[in-house]
Amino acid sequence: MEAVIEPPVTAQASQVQEITVGDEETIAVYDAIVIGGGPAGMTAAIYLARKQLKVLLLSKDLGGQAAWSSDVENYLGFSMITGTELTKHFQDHLMKFHDEITLKLMRDGVNSITKQPTGFTVELGDGSREQAKAVIIASGKIPKQLGIDGETEFLNRGVTYCAWCDGPLFKNKSVVIVGGGNSALDAALSIERLTKDITIVNSTDSLNGDEVMIEKVMAAHTIRVLNHSQALSISGDKVVRGVTVRDSQTGTDTELAVDGVFIEVGSVPSSTFLQGFVELNELHEVVIDKRNMTSVEGVFAAGDVTDVSEKQIIVAAGEGSKAAIQCSKWLAGRP
Amino acid sequence: MSTATHDKVLVYTTPTCVYCKNVKAYLEEKNIAYEAIDVLADPAKAQEMIDKSDQMGVPVTDFKGTIIVGFDKSRLDAAVSAA
Repeated sequence: MEAVIEPPVTAQASQVQEITVGDEETIAVYDAIVIGGGPAGMTAAIYLARKQLKVLLLSKDLGGQAAWSSDVENYLGFSMITGTELTKHFQDHLMKFHDEITLKLMRDGVNSITKQPTGFTVELGDGSREQAKAVIIASGKIPKQLGIDGETEFLNRGVTYCAWCDGPLFKNKSVVIVGGGNSALDAALSIERLTKDITIVNSTDSLNGDEVMIEKVMAAHTIRVLNHSQALSISGDKVVRGVTVRDSQTGTDTELAVDGVFIEVGSVPSSTFLQGFVELNELHEVVIDKRNMTSVEGVFAAGDVTDVSEKQIIVAAGEGSKAAIQCSKWLAGRP
Repeated sequence: MSTATHDKVLVYTTPTCVYCKNVKAYLEEKNIAYEAIDVLADPAKAQEMIDKSDQMGVPVTDFKGTIIVGFDKSRLDAAVSAA
Protein backbone atom coordinates (compact mmCIF):
# COMPACT_ATOMS: atom_id res chain seq x y z
CA MET A 1 0.00 0.00 0.00
CA GLU A 2 1.36 3.46 -0.85
CA ALA A 3 2.13 5.60 2.22
CA VAL A 4 0.19 8.86 2.32
CA ILE A 5 2.09 11.58 4.12
CA GLU A 6 -0.40 13.77 5.98
CA PRO A 7 0.58 17.40 6.58
CA PRO A 8 1.54 17.87 10.24
CA VAL A 9 -0.91 19.73 12.48
CA THR A 10 1.98 21.48 14.19
CA ALA A 11 5.06 21.80 11.96
CA GLN A 12 7.88 21.17 14.40
CA ALA A 13 10.77 20.62 12.04
CA SER A 14 13.04 19.28 14.75
CA GLN A 15 10.99 16.16 15.38
CA VAL A 16 10.90 13.01 13.31
CA GLN A 17 7.22 12.67 12.64
CA GLU A 18 5.43 9.41 12.44
CA ILE A 19 2.58 8.67 10.14
CA THR A 20 0.19 5.78 10.06
CA VAL A 21 -0.31 3.83 6.89
CA GLY A 22 -3.61 2.05 6.85
CA ASP A 23 -4.45 0.73 10.30
CA GLU A 24 -1.18 -0.82 11.21
CA GLU A 25 2.10 0.44 9.91
CA THR A 26 3.71 3.49 11.48
CA ILE A 27 6.68 4.94 9.69
CA ALA A 28 8.97 7.86 10.44
CA VAL A 29 9.08 10.97 8.26
CA TYR A 30 12.38 12.77 8.31
CA ASP A 31 12.92 16.42 7.48
CA ALA A 32 15.46 15.31 4.89
CA ILE A 33 17.00 12.16 3.51
CA VAL A 34 20.58 12.44 2.28
CA ILE A 35 21.53 9.76 -0.21
CA GLY A 36 25.26 9.12 -0.20
CA GLY A 37 27.86 9.18 2.55
CA GLY A 38 30.86 10.75 0.83
CA PRO A 39 32.18 14.24 1.56
CA ALA A 40 29.12 15.92 -0.04
CA GLY A 41 26.59 13.78 1.81
CA MET A 42 28.33 13.91 5.16
CA THR A 43 28.71 17.69 4.97
CA ALA A 44 25.07 18.09 3.99
CA ALA A 45 23.96 15.89 6.89
CA ILE A 46 26.04 17.89 9.37
CA TYR A 47 24.71 21.21 8.13
CA LEU A 48 21.12 19.97 8.36
CA ALA A 49 21.75 18.56 11.84
CA ARG A 50 23.13 21.91 13.02
CA LYS A 51 19.81 23.42 11.95
CA GLN A 52 18.24 20.86 14.32
CA LEU A 53 16.57 19.10 11.44
CA LYS A 54 16.07 15.34 11.59
CA VAL A 55 18.17 13.68 8.95
CA LEU A 56 18.37 10.15 7.58
CA LEU A 57 21.69 9.47 5.89
CA LEU A 58 21.54 6.50 3.53
CA SER A 59 24.78 5.13 2.16
CA LYS A 60 26.72 1.98 1.40
CA ASP A 61 29.62 3.40 3.37
CA LEU A 62 30.87 6.54 5.07
CA GLY A 63 33.66 7.81 2.88
CA GLY A 64 32.83 7.49 -0.78
CA GLN A 65 35.63 8.13 -3.24
CA ALA A 66 37.62 10.06 -0.61
CA ALA A 67 38.29 6.79 1.22
CA TRP A 68 39.88 5.46 -1.98
CA SER A 69 42.38 8.30 -2.20
CA SER A 70 46.01 7.85 -1.31
CA ASP A 71 47.69 11.18 -0.57
CA VAL A 72 45.45 14.25 -0.44
CA GLU A 73 47.45 17.47 -0.57
CA ASN A 74 44.78 19.99 -1.52
CA TYR A 75 42.18 19.77 1.25
CA LEU A 76 42.36 23.04 3.20
CA GLY A 77 43.91 22.57 6.62
CA PHE A 78 45.98 19.51 5.69
CA SER A 79 49.30 19.87 3.83
CA MET A 80 49.23 16.14 3.22
CA ILE A 81 46.83 13.55 4.57
CA THR A 82 45.83 10.13 3.36
CA GLY A 83 42.30 9.50 2.14
CA THR A 84 41.95 7.02 4.99
CA GLU A 85 42.81 9.59 7.65
CA LEU A 86 40.75 12.35 6.08
CA THR A 87 37.73 10.04 5.86
CA LYS A 88 38.16 9.13 9.52
CA HIS A 89 38.06 12.86 10.41
CA PHE A 90 34.85 13.21 8.36
CA GLN A 91 33.29 10.19 10.08
CA ASP A 92 34.20 11.42 13.58
CA HIS A 93 32.70 14.83 12.84
CA LEU A 94 29.50 13.27 11.52
CA MET A 95 29.07 11.01 14.55
CA LYS A 96 29.01 14.01 16.89
CA PHE A 97 25.47 14.56 15.59
CA HIS A 98 24.18 11.10 16.46
CA ASP A 99 21.00 12.57 17.95
CA GLU A 100 20.01 14.44 14.82
CA ILE A 101 21.41 12.12 12.14
CA THR A 102 20.10 8.59 11.71
CA LEU A 103 22.65 6.59 9.76
CA LYS A 104 21.50 3.63 7.71
CA LEU A 105 24.27 1.75 5.95
CA MET A 106 22.62 -0.13 3.11
CA ARG A 107 24.00 -3.06 1.20
CA ASP A 108 21.83 -2.85 -1.90
CA GLY A 109 21.62 0.84 -2.73
CA VAL A 110 18.55 2.86 -3.64
CA ASN A 111 15.96 1.65 -6.13
CA SER A 112 13.95 4.81 -6.63
CA ILE A 113 12.62 8.10 -5.31
CA THR A 114 8.98 8.98 -5.81
CA LYS A 115 7.16 12.19 -5.07
CA GLN A 116 4.29 12.15 -2.61
CA PRO A 117 1.72 14.89 -1.90
CA THR A 118 3.90 16.47 0.81
CA GLY A 119 7.25 14.77 0.52
CA PHE A 120 9.17 11.89 -1.00
CA THR A 121 9.46 8.12 -0.66
CA VAL A 122 12.88 6.57 -1.08
CA GLU A 123 12.79 2.84 -1.82
CA LEU A 124 15.93 0.92 -0.94
CA GLY A 125 17.34 -2.10 -2.69
CA ASP A 126 16.10 -4.40 0.07
CA GLY A 127 12.54 -3.23 -0.55
CA SER A 128 12.25 -1.04 2.55
CA ARG A 129 11.01 2.52 2.21
CA GLU A 130 11.86 5.76 3.94
CA GLN A 131 9.95 9.04 3.87
CA ALA A 132 11.10 12.65 4.06
CA LYS A 133 9.95 16.16 3.26
CA ALA A 134 13.07 16.83 1.18
CA VAL A 135 15.90 14.85 -0.37
CA ILE A 136 19.55 15.64 -1.02
CA ILE A 137 21.19 13.39 -3.59
CA ALA A 138 24.92 12.99 -3.00
CA SER A 139 25.51 9.56 -4.50
CA GLY A 140 28.81 10.45 -6.10
CA LYS A 141 30.49 8.42 -8.80
CA ILE A 142 31.32 4.78 -9.31
CA PRO A 143 34.20 3.23 -11.24
CA LYS A 144 33.67 2.73 -14.94
CA GLN A 145 33.79 -0.91 -15.93
CA LEU A 146 35.51 -2.42 -18.94
CA GLY A 147 32.66 -4.79 -19.69
CA ILE A 148 34.97 -7.71 -20.48
CA ASP A 149 34.75 -11.41 -19.65
CA GLY A 150 35.90 -12.21 -16.16
CA GLU A 151 35.58 -8.68 -14.83
CA THR A 152 32.48 -9.35 -12.76
CA GLU A 153 33.30 -12.99 -12.03
CA PHE A 154 36.64 -12.09 -10.45
CA LEU A 155 35.56 -8.91 -8.66
CA ASN A 156 37.34 -8.92 -5.27
CA ARG A 157 39.09 -12.11 -6.32
CA GLY A 158 41.87 -10.34 -8.15
CA VAL A 159 39.89 -7.63 -9.91
CA THR A 160 39.71 -4.32 -8.10
CA TYR A 161 39.00 -0.66 -8.82
CA CYS A 162 40.96 0.74 -5.86
CA ALA A 163 44.73 0.45 -5.72
CA TRP A 164 44.92 2.31 -2.42
CA CYS A 165 42.42 -0.02 -0.78
CA ASP A 166 43.54 -3.36 -2.16
CA GLY A 167 47.19 -2.86 -3.11
CA PRO A 168 48.45 -4.52 0.10
CA LEU A 169 46.81 -7.81 -0.92
CA PHE A 170 49.10 -7.96 -3.97
CA LYS A 171 52.40 -7.76 -2.13
CA ASN A 172 55.18 -9.32 -4.22
CA LYS A 173 52.71 -10.23 -6.96
CA SER A 174 52.39 -9.41 -10.64
CA VAL A 175 49.54 -7.15 -11.60
CA VAL A 176 48.03 -5.38 -14.58
CA ILE A 177 46.65 -1.85 -14.41
CA VAL A 178 44.19 -1.05 -17.17
CA GLY A 179 44.14 2.64 -18.08
CA GLY A 180 46.45 5.39 -19.25
CA GLY A 181 45.42 8.55 -17.45
CA ASN A 182 46.19 10.04 -14.07
CA SER A 183 44.23 7.50 -12.06
CA ALA A 184 46.11 4.63 -13.69
CA LEU A 185 49.45 6.38 -13.17
CA ASP A 186 48.58 7.22 -9.56
CA ALA A 187 47.59 3.61 -8.96
CA ALA A 188 50.86 2.35 -10.40
CA LEU A 189 52.97 4.69 -8.29
CA SER A 190 51.02 3.91 -5.12
CA ILE A 191 51.59 0.15 -5.36
CA GLU A 192 54.97 0.11 -7.09
CA ARG A 193 56.93 -0.74 -3.94
CA LEU A 194 54.47 -3.42 -2.87
CA THR A 195 54.16 -5.44 -6.03
CA LYS A 196 56.61 -7.63 -7.88
CA ASP A 197 55.86 -6.00 -11.21
CA ILE A 198 53.20 -3.89 -12.92
CA THR A 199 52.05 -3.89 -16.53
CA ILE A 200 50.03 -0.86 -17.58
CA VAL A 201 47.65 -1.70 -20.40
CA ASN A 202 46.81 1.55 -22.16
CA SER A 203 44.46 1.76 -25.13
CA THR A 204 45.93 4.96 -26.62
CA ASP A 205 49.25 5.43 -28.34
CA SER A 206 50.83 7.05 -25.28
CA LEU A 207 50.10 7.71 -21.64
CA ASN A 208 48.02 10.84 -21.19
CA GLY A 209 48.32 11.94 -17.59
CA ASP A 210 50.42 14.59 -15.87
CA GLU A 211 53.96 14.75 -17.22
CA VAL A 212 55.50 14.44 -13.75
CA MET A 213 53.66 11.19 -13.12
CA ILE A 214 54.48 9.82 -16.57
CA GLU A 215 58.17 10.46 -15.95
CA LYS A 216 58.06 8.62 -12.63
CA VAL A 217 56.25 5.67 -14.17
CA MET A 218 58.66 5.44 -17.08
CA ALA A 219 61.62 5.58 -14.70
CA ALA A 220 60.31 2.79 -12.48
CA HIS A 221 62.15 -0.48 -13.03
CA THR A 222 59.23 -2.74 -12.22
CA ILE A 223 56.62 -0.95 -14.36
CA ARG A 224 56.23 -1.55 -18.08
CA VAL A 225 53.71 0.12 -20.34
CA LEU A 226 51.83 -1.54 -23.18
CA ASN A 227 50.40 1.26 -25.31
CA HIS A 228 47.76 0.78 -28.03
CA SER A 229 46.64 -2.30 -26.10
CA GLN A 230 43.33 -3.50 -24.74
CA ALA A 231 42.41 -6.00 -22.07
CA LEU A 232 40.13 -8.54 -23.74
CA SER A 233 39.36 -10.93 -20.92
CA ILE A 234 40.35 -11.94 -17.40
CA SER A 235 40.83 -15.58 -16.45
CA GLY A 236 41.65 -17.70 -13.45
CA ASP A 237 40.33 -20.31 -11.08
CA LYS A 238 39.42 -19.22 -7.55
CA VAL A 239 41.36 -16.01 -8.15
CA VAL A 240 42.74 -14.17 -11.15
CA ARG A 241 45.56 -15.96 -12.96
CA GLY A 242 45.80 -14.05 -16.22
CA VAL A 243 44.68 -11.33 -18.59
CA THR A 244 44.47 -11.55 -22.38
CA VAL A 245 45.70 -8.36 -24.01
CA ARG A 246 45.41 -7.33 -27.68
CA ASP A 247 47.85 -5.02 -29.38
CA SER A 248 45.58 -2.96 -31.61
CA GLN A 249 48.42 -2.10 -34.01
CA THR A 250 49.57 -5.66 -34.68
CA GLY A 251 46.37 -7.49 -33.85
CA THR A 252 48.37 -9.87 -31.66
CA ASP A 253 46.82 -11.35 -28.53
CA THR A 254 49.03 -12.11 -25.53
CA GLU A 255 48.16 -13.90 -22.31
CA LEU A 256 49.77 -12.19 -19.31
CA ALA A 257 50.19 -14.29 -16.18
CA VAL A 258 49.15 -11.98 -13.36
CA ASP A 259 47.59 -12.20 -9.91
CA GLY A 260 45.60 -8.99 -10.05
CA VAL A 261 43.89 -6.54 -12.38
CA PHE A 262 43.41 -2.93 -11.32
CA ILE A 263 40.84 -1.21 -13.52
CA GLU A 264 41.45 2.54 -13.66
CA VAL A 265 39.51 3.85 -16.66
CA GLY A 266 37.55 6.62 -15.02
CA SER A 267 34.22 6.86 -13.27
CA VAL A 268 30.55 7.55 -13.98
CA PRO A 269 27.85 9.26 -11.92
CA SER A 270 25.91 6.97 -9.62
CA SER A 271 22.59 8.11 -11.07
CA THR A 272 20.89 5.05 -12.54
CA PHE A 273 18.22 5.14 -9.84
CA LEU A 274 17.39 8.74 -10.80
CA GLN A 275 16.57 8.16 -14.45
CA GLY A 276 13.13 9.48 -15.20
CA PHE A 277 12.89 11.27 -11.85
CA VAL A 278 15.24 14.27 -12.11
CA GLU A 279 16.85 15.87 -15.14
CA LEU A 280 20.19 14.31 -16.09
CA ASN A 281 22.59 15.70 -18.66
CA GLU A 282 24.28 13.77 -21.49
CA LEU A 283 26.91 12.53 -19.01
CA HIS A 284 24.16 11.21 -16.70
CA GLU A 285 24.99 13.88 -14.12
CA VAL A 286 22.20 15.49 -12.10
CA VAL A 287 21.46 18.98 -13.41
CA ILE A 288 21.26 21.52 -10.58
CA ASP A 289 20.64 25.27 -10.34
CA LYS A 290 22.46 27.82 -8.17
CA ARG A 291 20.48 26.62 -5.15
CA ASN A 292 21.61 23.02 -5.78
CA MET A 293 17.97 22.29 -6.57
CA THR A 294 17.29 19.63 -9.18
CA SER A 295 14.45 19.69 -11.69
CA VAL A 296 12.15 18.43 -8.91
CA GLU A 297 11.09 20.93 -6.25
CA GLY A 298 12.35 19.78 -2.85
CA VAL A 299 15.06 17.51 -4.29
CA PHE A 300 18.57 18.89 -4.06
CA ALA A 301 21.88 17.40 -5.15
CA ALA A 302 25.54 17.92 -4.39
CA GLY A 303 28.98 16.68 -5.31
CA ASP A 304 30.29 14.46 -8.08
CA VAL A 305 26.87 13.12 -9.09
CA THR A 306 25.92 16.63 -10.26
CA ASP A 307 27.01 18.72 -13.23
CA VAL A 308 29.30 20.81 -11.01
CA SER A 309 32.30 21.58 -13.19
CA GLU A 310 35.03 20.34 -10.85
CA LYS A 311 35.11 17.01 -9.07
CA GLN A 312 37.26 17.41 -5.96
CA ILE A 313 36.83 16.42 -2.31
CA ILE A 314 36.77 20.03 -1.14
CA VAL A 315 34.31 21.02 -3.87
CA ALA A 316 32.02 18.15 -2.85
CA ALA A 317 32.08 19.30 0.77
CA GLY A 318 31.28 22.86 -0.29
CA GLU A 319 28.47 21.70 -2.53
CA GLY A 320 27.07 19.58 0.31
CA SER A 321 26.92 22.62 2.56
CA LYS A 322 25.21 24.72 -0.13
CA ALA A 323 22.63 22.04 -0.78
CA ALA A 324 21.88 21.68 2.93
CA ILE A 325 21.56 25.44 3.49
CA GLN A 326 19.19 25.75 0.54
CA CYS A 327 17.28 22.67 1.65
CA SER A 328 16.78 24.06 5.16
CA LYS A 329 15.60 27.40 3.74
CA TRP A 330 13.20 25.58 1.47
CA LEU A 331 11.82 23.51 4.36
CA ALA A 332 11.36 26.64 6.49
CA GLY A 333 9.45 28.33 3.69
CA ARG A 334 7.04 25.50 3.04
CA PRO A 335 3.39 26.23 3.82
CA MET B 1 29.49 -17.50 5.04
CA SER B 2 31.15 -19.36 7.86
CA THR B 3 34.14 -21.43 8.79
CA ALA B 4 34.65 -23.90 11.66
CA THR B 5 33.36 -22.33 14.86
CA HIS B 6 35.79 -21.19 17.53
CA ASP B 7 35.73 -18.68 20.34
CA LYS B 8 37.88 -15.92 18.85
CA VAL B 9 37.07 -12.73 16.98
CA LEU B 10 39.62 -12.02 14.26
CA VAL B 11 39.73 -8.91 12.09
CA TYR B 12 41.88 -9.03 8.96
CA THR B 13 42.98 -5.51 8.04
CA THR B 14 45.42 -3.37 6.07
CA PRO B 15 46.96 -0.10 7.25
CA THR B 16 45.21 1.97 4.53
CA CYS B 17 41.66 0.75 5.09
CA VAL B 18 39.28 3.14 6.88
CA TYR B 19 36.50 0.54 7.10
CA CYS B 20 38.93 -1.71 8.99
CA LYS B 21 39.15 1.05 11.60
CA ASN B 22 35.33 1.20 11.66
CA VAL B 23 35.08 -2.52 12.44
CA LYS B 24 37.64 -2.25 15.22
CA ALA B 25 35.88 0.79 16.70
CA TYR B 26 32.59 -1.09 16.57
CA LEU B 27 34.02 -4.09 18.45
CA GLU B 28 35.66 -1.83 21.03
CA GLU B 29 32.40 0.02 21.56
CA LYS B 30 30.73 -3.35 22.24
CA ASN B 31 33.59 -4.34 24.59
CA ILE B 32 34.36 -7.35 22.42
CA ALA B 33 37.94 -8.57 22.53
CA TYR B 34 39.42 -9.19 19.10
CA GLU B 35 42.72 -9.91 17.39
CA ALA B 36 43.65 -7.54 14.57
CA ILE B 37 45.69 -9.17 11.80
CA ASP B 38 47.62 -6.96 9.38
CA VAL B 39 47.55 -8.91 6.12
CA LEU B 40 50.13 -6.58 4.54
CA ALA B 41 52.67 -7.63 7.15
CA ASP B 42 51.79 -11.33 7.00
CA PRO B 43 51.20 -12.86 3.54
CA ALA B 44 50.28 -16.21 5.09
CA LYS B 45 47.47 -14.52 7.00
CA ALA B 46 46.44 -12.76 3.81
CA GLN B 47 45.99 -16.16 2.18
CA GLU B 48 44.15 -17.41 5.26
CA MET B 49 41.75 -14.48 4.93
CA ILE B 50 41.23 -15.20 1.21
CA ASP B 51 40.59 -18.88 1.93
CA LYS B 52 38.05 -18.06 4.64
CA SER B 53 36.18 -15.31 2.78
CA ASP B 54 36.64 -16.44 -0.83
CA GLN B 55 37.62 -12.90 -1.81
CA MET B 56 40.43 -10.39 -1.35
CA GLY B 57 38.83 -7.25 0.07
CA VAL B 58 39.31 -6.00 3.62
CA PRO B 59 38.13 -5.81 6.30
CA VAL B 60 37.18 -9.42 6.93
CA THR B 61 35.85 -10.29 10.36
CA ASP B 62 35.90 -13.90 11.53
CA PHE B 63 33.40 -13.64 14.38
CA LYS B 64 33.78 -17.02 16.05
CA GLY B 65 33.45 -18.77 12.71
CA THR B 66 31.01 -16.37 11.02
CA ILE B 67 32.73 -14.53 8.17
CA ILE B 68 31.70 -10.91 7.55
CA VAL B 69 33.20 -8.94 4.67
CA GLY B 70 33.41 -5.16 4.93
CA PHE B 71 32.00 -2.90 7.62
CA ASP B 72 28.59 -4.57 7.44
CA LYS B 73 26.94 -3.31 10.59
CA SER B 74 23.76 -5.35 10.28
CA ARG B 75 25.72 -8.60 9.96
CA LEU B 76 28.02 -7.59 12.78
CA ASP B 77 25.00 -6.81 14.96
CA ALA B 78 23.54 -10.22 14.12
CA ALA B 79 26.79 -12.00 14.95
CA VAL B 80 27.09 -10.17 18.26
CA SER B 81 23.50 -10.98 19.17
CA ALA B 82 23.94 -14.64 18.30
CA ALA B 83 27.13 -14.99 20.34
